[in-house]
Amino acid sequence: MSLQPMKPSELARKAVNKEELFILDVRNEDAFEDWKVEGVNFEYMNVPYFDLIDGVEEIMDDLPKDKNILVVCAKEGSSVMVGEMLADEGLEVSYLEGGMKAWSEHLAPVKISDLANGGELYQFVRLGKGCLSYMVLSGEEAAVIDANRMTDIYTDFAKEKGVTINHTMDTHLHADHISGGRALAEESGGTYWLPPKDAEGVTFDYKPLEDGKTIRVGETDIDIQALYSPGHTIGSTSFVIDGQYLLTGDILFIASIGRPDLAGKAEDWVQDLRTTLYERYRELSDNLIVLPAHYTATDELNDDGSVQEKLSVLYKENHGLNIEDEAEFRKTVTENLPPQPNAYQEIRETNMGQVAPDSERKREMEIGPNRCAVR
Amino acid sequence: MNVTKTLDATGLACPMPIVKTKKAIKDIETGEILEVHATDQGAKSDLSAWTKSSGHELLETDESSEVLKFWIKKGE
Repeated sequence: MSLQPMKPSELARKAVNKEELFILDVRNEDAFEDWKVEGVNFEYMNVPYFDLIDGVEEIMDDLPKDKNILVVCAKEGSSVMVGEMLADEGLEVSYLEGGMKAWSEHLAPVKISDLANGGELYQFVRLGKGCLSYMVLSGEEAAVIDANRMTDIYTDFAKEKGVTINHTMDTHLHADHISGGRALAEESGGTYWLPPKDAEGVTFDYKPLEDGKTIRVGETDIDIQALYSPGHTIGSTSFVIDGQYLLTGDILFIASIGRPDLAGKAEDWVQDLRTTLYERYRELSDNLIVLPAHYTATDELNDDGSVQEKLSVLYKENHGLNIEDEAEFRKTVTENLPPQPNAYQEIRETNMGQVAPDSERKREMEIGPNRCAVR
Repeated sequence: MNVTKTLDATGLACPMPIVKTKKAIKDIETGEILEVHATDQGAKSDLSAWTKSSGHELLETDESSEVLKFWIKKGE
């Protein structure tokens, strides 16, 4: 048997299609505990590569003989070393091309819907980090919301669709990933919009996203309406697109709600979060479909690989929307929170333009899951 | 620090820094110290995890320059 490479896109397809796969993760135990490739029907085994340098005999009995095995490591090198040893033992084995770093950077568009007058709405799913971003297309124009750092994915897609990206906007100042909004606007000659209350420390020009602001995309007028919805950050802003979709940013997810502590102000912002979730969103139409900026677990993925649900369903099923007692709500969102995202302070500073790390450091900073939610 | 042996693993990508370290530590005696130089950022967490699992002791780490330096005391 020979060792085969597996591209992140192929692994993504397996995750979305809920296929079976046996993953031998050869990173060290802390790294594996912290973050791994998620799939509903994936099985895992974690043995650090440094325990396998002298041979794989000790783990042979624990590996399946009738299943595809994928060896995963941080950057690829160690998975190739271990993979070759397993292939020599006669196993069907592949390695993840580019390792967890490449997995973290993979994102692909899923069509959410057609919009009025020939417009379209796409969700870009970044499986490795659970980040969701959006592109609204209409006529010859497009807007991108919560763009990731890998801007070529959006520009290539826009080119393919024959549209120009005129607007990029972030629902808030992100703490878990580096925004591609500003770079994308610069590359395509568009405008970058940010909520002014999140932009106090920024070192560059932006257009302020204020409550009630309407941004038009294309001649056929797809409206993107800004709705001030603080709580995850003080500036957090939602968007209503074409009267049908509610982009909630990091305020409301499918199975969880946003955490208020990533800028160090949990106590101050918890009341804002409560008001947004229990009053402001409640006043909106029940028929709106919620499109969040993140998801946490793969069971939030629909069969088509998208992440979306009706607002009315979330008001029934999302625990974070059903905590009647205010004190209990406060406790839930401020105590026993999961660890903060990797390098979140440095990521915030990068997104404000205060520091400009090189691309290798940016990749390092984004290692790990998004951790923006309270479940 | 009394260093018995120095290993230059600069410019090498994972898994080579650990592969070489593992080999180099065989050449010194228990209680002696191996100094490792590496440029692969992954070496930090991997050397720390490896020394723990293999019974050696990571005495000190210097991350102040581009070349990362590690001092490992050989265990039993």
